[in-house]
Amino acid sequence: MMQNMTYGAAINTAMHMAMELDPNVLCFGLGVDDPKHIFGTTAGLQEKFGEQRVFDMPTSENAITGVGIGASLAGYRPVMTHQRLDFFLLAMDQLVNAAAKWYYMFGGQVSVPIVIRLIIGRGWGQGPTHSQNLQAWFSHIPGLKVVMPASPADAKGLLLESIFDDNPVLFLEHRWLHDSEGLVPSGDYRVPIGKARIVREGEDITLVSMSYMTIEAIRAASYLEKQGISCEIIDLRTVKPIDWNAIFASVHKTKKLIVLDTGVTTGSIAGEIIARICMECFSILTRPPVRIALPDNPEPMSFGLTKHYYPSNESIVRGITSMLSVDHDLSVTVESPVLHDVPGDWFKGPF
Amino acid sequence: MRNNIDIEMDLFYTMLRIRKVEEAIADRYKEQKMRTPVHLSIGQESVAAVVGRQLYHEDYCVSTHRAHAHYLAKGGSLQAMISEIYGKVTGCCRGRGGSMHLIDTAVGFMGSTAIVGNTIPIGVGLGLSLKLAGHGKVSCIFLGDGAVEEGVFYESLNIAVLKKLPVLFVCENNRYSVYSPFSKRQPAERKIYEIAKAMGATIYHGDGYDVLASHDVARCAIASIREGGGPCFLEFETYRWREHCGPNYDNDLGYRTENEFLSWKARDPLEVFRVYLVGKCRVSKQVIKKMEEDVDQEIEVAFELAETAPFPKPIEAVTGEYKSTEANLNCSTYKGELTT
Ligand SMILES: Cc1ncc(C[n+]2csc(CCOP(=O)(O)OP(=O)(O)O)c2C)c(N)n1
Ligand SMILES: [Mg+2]
Repeated sequence: MMQNMTYGAAINTAMHMAMELDPNVLCFGLGVDDPKHIFGTTAGLQEKFGEQRVFDMPTSENAITGVGIGASLAGYRPVMTHQRLDFFLLAMDQLVNAAAKWYYMFGGQVSVPIVIRLIIGRGWGQGPTHSQNLQAWFSHIPGLKVVMPASPADAKGLLLESIFDDNPVLFLEHRWLHDSEGLVPSGDYRVPIGKARIVREGEDITLVSMSYMTIEAIRAASYLEKQGISCEIIDLRTVKPIDWNAIFASVHKTKKLIVLDTGVTTGSIAGEIIARICMECFSILTRPPVRIALPDNPEPMSFGLTKHYYPSNESIVRGITSMLSVDHDLSVTVESPVLHDVPGDWFKGPF
Repeated sequence: MRNNIDIEMDLFYTMLRIRKVEEAIADRYKEQKMRTPVHLSIGQESVAAVVGRQLYHEDYCVSTHRAHAHYLAKGGSLQAMISEIYGKVTGCCRGRGGSMHLIDTAVGFMGSTAIVGNTIPIGVGLGLSLKLAGHGKVSCIFLGDGAVEEGVFYESLNIAVLKKLPVLFVCENNRYSVYSPFSKRQPAERKIYEIAKAMGATIYHGDGYDVLASHDVARCAIASIREGGGPCFLEFETYRWREHCGPNYDNDLGYRTENEFLSWKARDPLEVFRVYLVGKCRVSKQVIKKMEEDVDQEIEVAFELAETAPFPKPIEAVTGEYKSTEANLNCSTYKGELTT
């Protein structure tokens, strides 16, 4: 059975399901039991599963992470949450030197089944320290898995899968997705980690995307369809490990590749994908691949600057038409219903 | 000489100005032109005012996400702050930082940042520079009760004590971190100042709503630091009136009671001080009225300038990574057509 729900509600459903399935699943972090419940994603958990399993924590990110690791070594499955990815940066020691290493370093005896939910901010003046997309950083650390669902169904399926995975998983939620809606399978629905989703099939070009960029890719592809251009969209869903076979297969078909990344350009997941595709599919490509990512700058706070900072679906359209060398009337823009710094006109700030 | 009338008028002026600025931001936030999270200091003006009164422009100061009051009390430009919140090129960070990132180096306000605990060691480092230069200046670090939960607080305080640095830690204990009351984060009987004492700092603790007593505390502490006495840690009890982030009241959420809020509001330091000045000190109501009008006027101008100022040029969105222009050009990955 399918149910229409928001991305945030899908996460909430997955949390309820996981905690019901396994009494060892814990949920903690700043504000998980406060009146706003992390944008609704932890609502009802404490009422149902009690303060022993669902609890607030002090502003101590590094210690919280270590505490989660310790509990996981003894058989628990902690799900920790941070309202912004940027706050979690205080915990790099525990993440990189402990969580990511424990299983390997101690000869494969004990693993660290933790999930760290990180929310990525954007727009409404979030500015340099509330908007960082550091998936490439995390992916660079052997031992970590990094998932970035774009749809409500994937949010549910991947969160459940992450919680029951025996390794540390970073679960990255884009703030602009929390209120998006979609059909979500009910019950214990799982989406395998490391498996991409073909969002739409196409012939002319392959768009590989992740998280919120998948939404932009869909907008661009729907628009171009009316111009007679057929895009194949692969939503990575997991950025570590990457589903290479899905990308290879698509590139073999379209022979052209654009990778969309929510992070900054240099050292990006997009760069990694293009490197590997060039190495392994060089003779197949009929055009040099392109990556569309953020400039190598922090997000500026100003409304007047973010418009030029974030690639829009229009920049994607431009990237595609220029790769295909088709003329495209740029005065006909892709519909953009709201101001550029908000996900929808329901958003009135401040966070 | 104890708290003469000039100092008292000054303290009142600073509190009044901060209150009015913050209320103006709150009133206009719904216009949707200040498109950035704002953490208002309404209810917490007095601590900023008494500490700011004892600092010179040559002293340093760093702060947190809730920095408007600290910035203004240290002498930061009001126009540059309001313009920053509007994201304009005339803002104190050229529109790159917003409300949570303020700076005015001309008056020694060296930066406020949005990551809890982030500026604590930086303030200690500024203190190190002052000790090396040896001029009896002070580096002041504002922090909240939540920041004490970060490891970096202890590491920084230890270094300040160990090196006997001229650092003033000002902890504004407003009992909450977002919607989490103190007792959910630290043992309810915990006294933060006792931790600082155990670590070797000179400590003072007081009711932030008692303006004159708090001012005495700030004066003594800062004087002792200037004389080479090493770091002081001040903890002031205070209270945030509005929501954690944003322009509204939020007592309806249920994480604290309306009565708790009202009990603090009833002791509003600004109003208590106004009554004190008019009653005890015989300051004429006209003088205060004039002061209020001047502040209103100044705020009006600051908003007017912010609204009419231009946004930064688009190119600023994709450049400025490094200090040297050449390095920026070499490194820029931007391929678009934005003009300079
Ligand atoms: C490292 C980090 N963790 C969490 C947050 C989210 N956050 C923003 S303000 C805040 C409250 C901090 O409380 P306190 O230090 O008492 O300051 P107050 O808001 O009460 O002035 C929190 C937790 C953050 N900005 N940085
Ligand atoms: Mg506080």
